[in-house]
Formats: sequence, C-alpha cells, structure tokens
Amino acid sequence: MGRILMIVTIVVTVLLLAAGTLGAHGSSANLSTPDGVVKALFEDVGSKNWKAAYQLLSNKNAIDLPTFIRQAGGSDGDLRMVSSITKVTPKILRESDTEAQVRTDLQWTTAVGAIYGTRDLKTVKDGKDWKVEWPVEQQAKVPPQVIPVNFLRWDIVTRGADDDWGAQNVDAPRVRIVSMNAVEYEGGTVILGEIVNEDTVPGFVSVNASLVGKDGKTIGEESSFDKISHILLPKEVSPFRVDFPGVKLSAVKNVRMQPNSLLVPASADPTIGVLNQRFETDANGRKVLRGEMINESGQTVNIPHVLATFYDNSGKVIWVSDGYVDHALLPRTPQSFTLGLRPDIADKVQTYRVTVNTYSINRQQG
Amino acid sequence: MRIIQYALMLAICWFAAYVARAADVQAPSHAVAGNDVSLPTSGSGNATLFVFGPGTAIKKEVRLGDHVTLPLKRAGRYSAIVNGEQVQFDVAAAAPSDIAFLARPSRVPADRKDVIAGTVFLFDNNHNLVTSPTPVKFDLMVEGGQPQSRHVQSKDGVAYIKLDSGRKAGPAQFVATVGAKSVKRVVEETASDPCNLRIHATPNKDGLTVETDPVKDCAGNPVPDGTIVTITATSPKGRSTVDARIKKGIAKADLPPLQNATVSVAAGVVMGNEIHVGGGM
Repeated sequence: MGRILMIVTIVVTVLLLAAGTLGAHGSSANLSTPDGVVKALFEDVGSKNWKAAYQLLSNKNAIDLPTFIRQAGGSDGDLRMVSSITKVTPKILRESDTEAQVRTDLQWTTAVGAIYGTRDLKTVKDGKDWKVEWPVEQQAKVPPQVIPVNFLRWDIVTRGADDDWGAQNVDAPRVRIVSMNAVEYEGGTVILGEIVNEDTVPGFVSVNASLVGKDGKTIGEESSFDKISHILLPKEVSPFRVDFPGVKLSAVKNVRMQPNSLLVPASADPTIGVLNQRFETDANGRKVLRGEMINESGQTVNIPHVLATFYDNSGKVIWVSDGYVDHALLPRTPQSFTLGLRPDIADKVQTYRVTVNTYSINRQQG
Repeated sequence: MRIIQYALMLAICWFAAYVARAADVQAPSHAVAGNDVSLPTSGSGNATLFVFGPGTAIKKEVRLGDHVTLPLKRAGRYSAIVNGEQVQFDVAAAAPSDIAFLARPSRVPADRKDVIAGTVFLFDNNHNLVTSPTPVKFDLMVEGGQPQSRHVQSKDGVAYIKLDSGRKAGPAQFVATVGAKSVKRVVEETASDPCNLRIHATPNKDGLTVETDPVKDCAGNPVPDGTIVTITATSPKGRSTVDARIKKGIAKADLPPLQNATVSVAAGVVMGNEIHVGGGM
C-alpha cells in the first residue's frame, strides 16, 4: 500500500512539473509558429509574467528585463500600467524558414475604455521554436537639469460665513459655444462643436445637450463626458462631442445646448506642444492623424488625452476624435500619438486642430 | 311719558358708555421702529392691551387714561386692542444705518457700456427696510482711471444703478454711500479680447522660437498672464500647434525646424498676423 502511494505521488509530481513547464506561456502557447509565439508573448505580458515573456525575445542583448517591463507594461504611472490585454490577434504577413513578420492587433482594457493598437513584430526561428524580436523604443534622454516653472496658478477666495448677504461670490467664467453641428453616425446622432472660455479666469466646463423630437418632447439628454477639455484656461478653445447612440438625426427637430462652467483653481502649467501633425495611412490601410506631443514643463504627465477637431472647407466642425495615449509624457521628450479618422469623412476634412488634455498624479489640478 | 323719558335716559347712557369705551386706545401720531411708541388711552380702570404686528404679539395690563409705552422694533402695520376695541397704526423704519450692497458681476471686461450693476437695500438698525426716499451715492474707480460718481434716490427701500466699465483694467472699487455709512465691493475690470495680435519668429538651435508682441486689448490694457495664445505652424511636413500661455505679457513657443511654413497666431476667436518662414514667401 505504501509503495503504491509513493508511486502515485511521484507520477502526480511528474505530471504537475510537466504541466507547469508546458504551461509557462499559457495553456494555448504554441511556440513553434510565429503567430503562436507572439500570442504567447502578449499573454505573458497580460498576466505580468515578465520573465516568461522576456524568455520569448530574440534580442535580449538589446534590451534588459527592467527596460522590457517598462516598455511592455508601462512606467511613470501611465495608462499602460493600469490596463490589461484582453485580446491578441496575430496575423502572419510574411514568413520564411528563418524569419516572419507578424501583425498583431491588441485590445487593452483601461479605466477610460478599450484601447486598440496594432504592432508589426519580427519573429525569428531559434531552433525548434520561434522568438520575437522586440522593437526597442529608443527614448530620447533628457539630461539632468532644472526646469523653472513659474507659470500662473489661480486660487479662489470664496465668501465667508460672516460676510453680509450682499457680498457677492466670484462669478463663474463666461464660456460660449462658438460652433455647433449635428451629424448622424452609426445610426445615432452626434452633436459636435467648440466652446471657448471668454473670461480671464480658468473654468471647469462641460456641455449638455438635449434633443427635442418632432412632437416637442425631449428624446435624449447627454453630456460631453470626456470628449472635451474640461479645464479651460482664459481664451482656450476646446472641441466637444455629445453622442446620442440610437437616436436618428431625422427624428430630431431641435437641439438645446447647455454650456456649464465652474470657477476652479487651476494651473497654467504644463504647456504641451503638438508637433508634426499629419495624415497618414496605417498598416491596416486606414487614414489616421499622427503627430508628436512634447511636454514643455518639467513634470511628468501620466496620461495624455488627445482631442482632434476636424473641419470641412467652410470651417465647420465635422468630427471630433479623441484618444488616450498609454505612455506618459516625460519632460521635453517627444511622444507620438495616432488618432483614427472616420473613413467616410476623410475626403471632406480640410483642416484640423489637435489639443491635449493632461492628467498628472502628482498635480492638484482643480 | 315718564316711560319714554326713562327709555331716552337709558339710550343716552348706553351711547355714552359705548363712546367712552371706543376711545379706550388711540393710534400714536408718529411711530418709529426702535423708539418707544406711545399709545394714548382714555377711560378709567384697568384693561388688557393686545398689540399685534410684524413678528410681534404683546399682551399688557394697562391703566386706562395713561399713555402706554411699547418698544416696537419692527416697522409695519400694528393693531392695538383694548376692551374689544381695535385701532391700527403704522410704525415707520428709522433712518438708514445699514446697507446691503449687491454689485454684479464680479468681473467685467473693460470699456463696456452699462455692464456694472449696483443695487442698494437700505435698512435701519433693526433691519427694517427703509422705504422713505433716501439719497444714495455710488462711486466706481479703478486706480489710474477716470472715476464715476452718481447720486440715486432710493425708491421703496432700493436704489439701483448701471455703470460703464472704465477703459483701464484693474480692481475697481465700487462704493455705495448713504449718509456716513459706506459699503465697498470690488469689481474686477479685466482686459478685453486681444487686439492687433502679432508674432515674430527667431531661429534657435533646435528650430524656431515664435513670440508675440506684448498682448493688449484695444484699450491698451495688457491681457492677463495665463491667457492661451495658440501658435500654429503649417508646413509640407505637417502642422504644429502650441497653446502657449501669456507670461509677463508675452506668449512664446518653441517649434521644430520649419521649411516653407506659415505660422499663425490666435487667442480665443481673435486671429493675429501670419508669418512665412523657411523660404515660404
């Protein structure tokens, strides 16, 4: 009996070891194909199994483990650090006996919604298995320096409890919607436009819209949510977009707009430059807006949020697009961004404007 | 005949008693809130006086024929009742001693017509609205600017005025004066939209520095620091934009090296000049 028990224990141990060895890159890992190794790599990244993922790289001499973790898993409190991969779809573009090019569509879940990305990865054959040549991101190094920040900050003194009732509080900033357009998109109605802070103080702004149907009744009420720059400094212009999914534009008789503003403490820092904005066609043949952001301040912007306004040849806003960048914006370090453009309006776009919202962990914005 | 005489005598006594009773309490000739109000009474004996008015209910044992003194603090219409007979009298507010001054808005662009509103409510020292016409003086002044002064007669306790904002930006002292009492509010007169917004560019080691001339409104007031000025460079390579903040009156942006580019500037909905750099003329 004791002998049988010992044999069973040994067999189970061996089976578990084998299962553990085979399952190091996930149960479905197939390292014998280029797309299999890419899938295994991103599954390891998704489960934060960094060492296993690192073992699948062919160019370990070009990148060390900490750098790989930073590049694949995020750093500096960026959006990548608080996101997880939910879908990996590799597709072999070219394959030879020793090399293959794999296009991988990735879907990440984040607190601000799903983020999609496409990466073209080179894989190389290494013995029986394939390995991934990780595209090492060469980030410009900013030399140690002191960047003086002497921009304005607005603070507010509100009326006190002992003030007489005639003593007025400070008014909210004056904001104005300077353009508005209603379009139909994917069976719903989208209200687009721009809002400007006409005042000399910063404001927290939002735009609410109500759709009025042909019978005079309200058929939908929505707000711009994150399709707007909420903190508007004096004379700053922000696009806004209010989506009404499922409401046909033909059913709308009237649109009621309600711009709201609150006086909030704010800082004029950081200044973000958006450089070299241009239309390009991405790997999937879609027209995209690309560019680089540069943070001219000395503090890291953890999550940049890019907003693009597209205009037709009459200057009318015809679309507002936005996207979160999953890399932090380090001081004086360019960071690229890509925004998709609706294929059906690509021909109508005459000009565009890109602005950047910034979210910083260490900064008290409002 | 004798019966008729008795009946007449009885009627006269009854009438005299009625008249005497109706005159138990009289309205004061002039009553002012906060001062003692004196109610003359007539008749003899003791009675109970009831006084009702704004926020007031008094019950007092009085000796008829004396003047009853009451400390009434609230202005308005009162009723006094003695022996079931009622008189009504008004208590007026005292002289203004407290001012509630509302100045709107708290911030206004300079050099605009009828944009600053001042409203004064006049109260006496017992918080009664002083409804008698009272002269109120309004003064509005920005340091270094042209002061404005107006006199307004209050009506039903309220004096109201609309004033222009001055050409000079700055914190305007808005003062309402009634007699020796003054209340001050601050209305920030701010620069209006930028006027004649202009940029110039100078090359630097990394590209181009674009800088505005001092940004001022049409009245010459410097536009406040922190205001956004958007500098846009459009070249065959693409478009670059910087939302620069005005600092010490000037907005500045560093742009990448540009060839055959047009650089433009805007603040809010105001456009500035365009310049061509890198052989784009």
